[in-house]
Parts: sequence; structure tokens; C-alpha cells
Amino acid sequence: MTGRDLLPIPIRDMSFSLTDHNGQPFAPSQWLGRPTMVFFGFTFCPDVCPTTLNDISDWLADLGPEADRLNVALISVDPARDTPAILAEYLSNFDPRIVGLTGRLSELEKAAADFRAIFEKLPRDGGYTMNHTAGVFLFAAEGQFTSIIDFHEDRRFAIPKIRHILT
Amino acid sequence: MKRLILATLVVFAAMPALACETVRVGDIEVEHAWSRATIGADRPGVVYLSIRNTGSTDDALIGVATPIAGMPMLHETVVSDGIASMPHTMSMPVPAGQTAALAPGGFHGMLMGLTLALKKGDSFPLTLTFETAGDLTVTVDVLGMGAKEAECPDAQP
Repeated sequence: MTGRDLLPIPIRDMSFSLTDHNGQPFAPSQWLGRPTMVFFGFTFCPDVCPTTLNDISDWLADLGPEADRLNVALISVDPARDTPAILAEYLSNFDPRIVGLTGRLSELEKAAADFRAIFEKLPRDGGYTMNHTAGVFLFAAEGQFTSIIDFHEDRRFAIPKIRHILT
Repeated sequence: MKRLILATLVVFAAMPALACETVRVGDIEVEHAWSRATIGADRPGVVYLSIRNTGSTDDALIGVATPIAGMPMLHETVVSDGIASMPHTMSMPVPAGQTAALAPGGFHGMLMGLTLALKKGDSFPLTLTFETAGDLTVTVDVLGMGAKEAECPDAQP
């Protein structure tokens, strides 16, 4: 059984505890009541993560004030290097509606398991990099999973998926 | 060493228009070289640019070098079964008569071991090695961390 064969569990059944980029404690129940968009990434990531953050910033700009009702979160897969302060500095370059979440590795592993997402650390050139699930997960306001926007998916397909959870 | 590199950066920073110019070697034309600002020098930098092969023989980009990074290399972002990875790549094909790009979400120059943090508004030299055409040096403009494309008047959106 691999992660991609399964769908994320409903938000109400998720059980991880993280810290947001402002240093405040976070629990998934805080997402309930509003539609939610989540992806996994890390700030040492030079290509995929800024690309996804730019895509999300563009989608939010396209949706305008309507998107204010969305929860939008980046969950770090690299808690050793992504402190709340680092996430705050990094995210200040993108749409301010995006919230960064980090925390203990054990809690991030729980989060990935709940999303059926995968991340792994790979040694690289004296340091390491992370392979990770690249899609953007969408959930309805009541917390059930609705769809994934694939990495770099054309906005003509992405925007309707987001509109769907906003209605 | 660091002072020398800084001095180079200052010199290049005084000529910001250069990255928008087209640089040629043999049949190869390179333009729109840009990078993103980094948080500190520990994080890798990235380089994107556009390459056009105006000739009738295929070529390939086989190496990148810059004085501001100890380990510059070519990477390709690959998303397989929804999982993103970033393998090294030995060469990027630049077929005859075609344009190939280091672009967000695909092939990119990865600058490991930066000697200093990249700041918006800086520029640095980058030498590209092509299998057939040889070496060519371009100026790379450092844009903001949220930049999506080169900031040139004629850049493709």
C-alpha cells in the first residue's frame, strides 16, 4: 500500500499539532468551517516551492476577495531548518493569506500520514534535500477532501477546483 | 576572496541592463538570465535563462560555473506519482533551431555553496559550457524571492 492509493482523511479526523509562522499553536480543527488549501514544501527548496507559492499567489489574486474565506497553508517537511521565523520571512514574499506551519518532526510525520503525503530526506552534496508530495490539497469547509491541484497545473484547471470548494 | 567577489558584484550591479541583453557564442544565444534572492547564504540559489540554438546541429548545456557558488550545478525538477524530486542532470539538450530554457518547474541552475546571500538588485556572472559551442558568460540579475520571470522589456510572460 502506498500513499498515492489513498485519499487524505477528513480534517476533523486529523490529529497533528504544529506552530504557525507567527509562533502560535495550530491544530487542524482551526481549519473547519472554511474551505482549505494545503501543500507541503520547505524553504531550502529553490524551484518547486517558490513555483508553487507563486502559482497559489496568482490563483488567490485571480479569485480576489472571494479567496479571503480560504485557509491556505504551507506545511514544512524540513522542521530542522524551517523555524516559524524563517517561514515568516520566506512567506513575506508571497500572498499574505498563506500561513506557514512547522513543528516537531513526529507531528509533521502525523500530518503527512493524515494527508497520505510523502516526504523523505536525501543526502546531497554534504547537506540534504527533501523529496516531497508536490500537489496542492483542497478540502471543503466541512473538512472533506475534494481534489488535488497537480504541480504547475494550468490555472484554467486550478481555478475551477478552488471555486468548487468556495461554493 | 570575498572582497573580490563583492567588488565583482558591485561592478555588475552597476550595469543591470546586461542580463536582458542577448549573449552569443557560435550558434548559441542566451538571454533573460535571472535568479531569486535567498534567505542567507546557506540556502541554494537558483538560475533561470533562455537558450536559443540558431544553428543546424544539436548542442547541449553541460555545465555552469560562477564565482559566487562553490557548487553550481544543473538540476531538473521531476514530479513522478505526485512526488517532487530534483535530480542532478549532466546535460540539457538544446536541439538545432530550437529554444530551450532553464525555467521554474523544470531544468534549473542550482547554486549550492553560495559565498554570500543573494539580494534583490544584485547581479553576478555565470559561465555556461555548451558541448559544441563552448563557453559563454552571462550576467544574472537577482530578482525578489517571489519573482516568476525575467524582468526584461521583451521577456516572455
